[in-house]
Amino acid sequence: MSARQALAPPDVLVHEPVAAEPEPSVVVASQWRLMWWRFRKHRLALVGGVVILALYLVAIFAEFLAPNDPEATSVAYTYAPPQVVHVYSGGAYVFGYKSVVDTEALRRTFTVDENTAFPVQWFAQGARYKLWGLIPLNVHLIGPVDPSAPMYLLGSDRLGRDMLSRIIYGTRVSMSIGLVGVAMSLVLGVLLGGISGYFGGSLDTVIQRVIEFLRSIPTIPLWLGLAAALPASWSPLQVYFAITVILSLIGWTGLARVVRGRFLSLREEDFVMAARLDGSSQLRIILRHMVPSFLSHIIASITLAIPAVILSETALSFLGLGLRPPVISWGVLLQEAQNVRSVALAPWLLAPGGAVVLAVLGLNFLGDGLRDAADPYG
Amino acid sequence: MAGFVARRVLLMVPTVIAISVMTFTIMQLAPGDFLTSLVSGMASQGESISQASIDALRQRYGLGEAPHVQYLKWVSGIVLRGDFGQSFEWNRPVSSLIWDRMGFTILLSLGTLTFTWVFAFAVGVYSAVRRYSIGDYVLSFLAFLGLAIPGFLIALVLLYISARFFNQSVGGLFSPEYVEAPWGVGKIGDLLQHLWIPIVIIGLSQAASLVRIMRANLLDELHKPYVVTARAKGLAEHRLLLKYPVRMAVNPFVSTVGWSLPALVSGEAVVAIVLSLPTTGPLLVRALQSKDMYLAGSFILLLSTLTVIGTLLSDIMLAWLDPRIRYQ
Repeated sequence: MSARQALAPPDVLVHEPVAAEPEPSVVVASQWRLMWWRFRKHRLALVGGVVILALYLVAIFAEFLAPNDPEATSVAYTYAPPQVVHVYSGGAYVFGYKSVVDTEALRRTFTVDENTAFPVQWFAQGARYKLWGLIPLNVHLIGPVDPSAPMYLLGSDRLGRDMLSRIIYGTRVSMSIGLVGVAMSLVLGVLLGGISGYFGGSLDTVIQRVIEFLRSIPTIPLWLGLAAALPASWSPLQVYFAITVILSLIGWTGLARVVRGRFLSLREEDFVMAARLDGSSQLRIILRHMVPSFLSHIIASITLAIPAVILSETALSFLGLGLRPPVISWGVLLQEAQNVRSVALAPWLLAPGGAVVLAVLGLNFLGDGLRDAADPYG
Repeated sequence: MAGFVARRVLLMVPTVIAISVMTFTIMQLAPGDFLTSLVSGMASQGESISQASIDALRQRYGLGEAPHVQYLKWVSGIVLRGDFGQSFEWNRPVSSLIWDRMGFTILLSLGTLTFTWVFAFAVGVYSAVRRYSIGDYVLSFLAFLGLAIPGFLIALVLLYISARFFNQSVGGLFSPEYVEAPWGVGKIGDLLQHLWIPIVIIGLSQAASLVRIMRANLLDELHKPYVVTARAKGLAEHRLLLKYPVRMAVNPFVSTVGWSLPALVSGEAVVAIVLSLPTTGPLLVRALQSKDMYLAGSFILLLSTLTVIGTLLSDIMLAWLDPRIRYQ
């Protein structure tokens, strides 16, 4: 974009004047405001942002949003197919199930029984829980009026646990492991990339060789090896952190490259030279002058790095080498769908995959928009 | 050029040594060794094994020695005799177990790479030339979807569809009647019939990002003055396209081989488990679960080394194709 175009006000302002804002001039607008204007034009990125925000809200309020206790098993309803909520003028209801014993395959199968109906309501009283482990409550966003009535909106699994509730609880682990993993890679990446780019010389060469080395190794075999080394006696929390550390061991290289590149180009800028001549310390030059000017790029790179971590966790847990069952994550849930027989019997076991795709697509679109917006002068 | 190749090959040596040390460290990291998992496995089945025979086994496999002694033994065995050690679980030399599977993995990776290139090239050129057409939108959307859906999920869905609606299994690389058959035209044909499924599944996510790169690069080139000049001189549109801008835009294809190979091998590992392919992935996971360390270590070592060689080849190819890249 040429300099003249860059100075012209973004055309969003021309046909969509925002009433609340007092027409700020593009010349005096801050960097973040310019970024927001530019980001706003990217429709898909906006949609992605809303989806991601919604997913994190789901993660925060999982206990309230889930209609059931995710661990509550029910022998009476194993592999129950998904129900549909029927709405009529007086309220809503779901049909019950009738079980048929298949004498040939020696198992019970459930089909939706249109003769029994269970009314459903908003803010239903159901299983007791503690919101964030603190506030004891028993209100769920949606649930059957009679707490003992069966409601499986996305079906149930092998042990009769509600898939929808499990997916909602899984959001917590799956979405946070992306954040924690990327936070760790960020620390490593910014530190080593910054050192590499700012000081250069032989230190730079060594760090670059290490990055090239790490990138040349196929990640999944490496992760599998490291994950298999985790002691089986570790608690779920320890395994969770160990897995994020393993995932960020490779993840930092990408971020380090971005940071190094920015440092290399900024090092020669006049304002850095000016700060140096002013007698600022190196730490001050880095933190006060250089980091703010590429912060937006880093944020965009982070957004694009999160889906990679989510996908890796899903793959590892799916193989049974990542998080282990008392923990609920999308990958752990997909483990149930590992063989064809259970998938053919209960295709709704694949539903957690839908959540993965939604999260990864949303983050990709959001990251794409942020990357375009990161350089408002570009 | 010769000097460049020689230097790169020399640089590979410390990398491979580093890989072997790292692999061995990972093998050592696992708590306990194969014998402890063997003993606990037997105990859970109600059998017991005398301490004397445990000690005898430990002695035989050299499991009690210091790590660096074990490492040196392992590496010198590989380098000097091509001996990768003994697989505890299969009770056979590792080298007799891995080559078949490595062969299929290489075949699958090369096939996937070819598919990725052809697909990404065709779709990338189409989306750039017909920008903002319905085809472009549909293909771009599919590319994003390919990025977002993990390969093993596509494999699962495919398994479900084929089992449910076509009543046949898509797993494996051979039909049951060919698994044990000697190699022949029939077996190769059967292999090809099965091979395309994992190739498409693994290739899709790779192709998706390449399509985006190809499209963006070609769009940059399409509006350059030399294209206008060629068009003004009356060159036919498709010849013009392939002769100039596409040649410029095709560079990332070659330069990405290096880092797409590790991703291919990784993607293959997970998809192969779902589709139960006779490649390295499933055996690696099993070896890791049963702490069959020489088998697991050899796989990690070989896969990583192959990737390094692939990267080297792509560097050489790039230097040879694009004279602007300096040999330094």
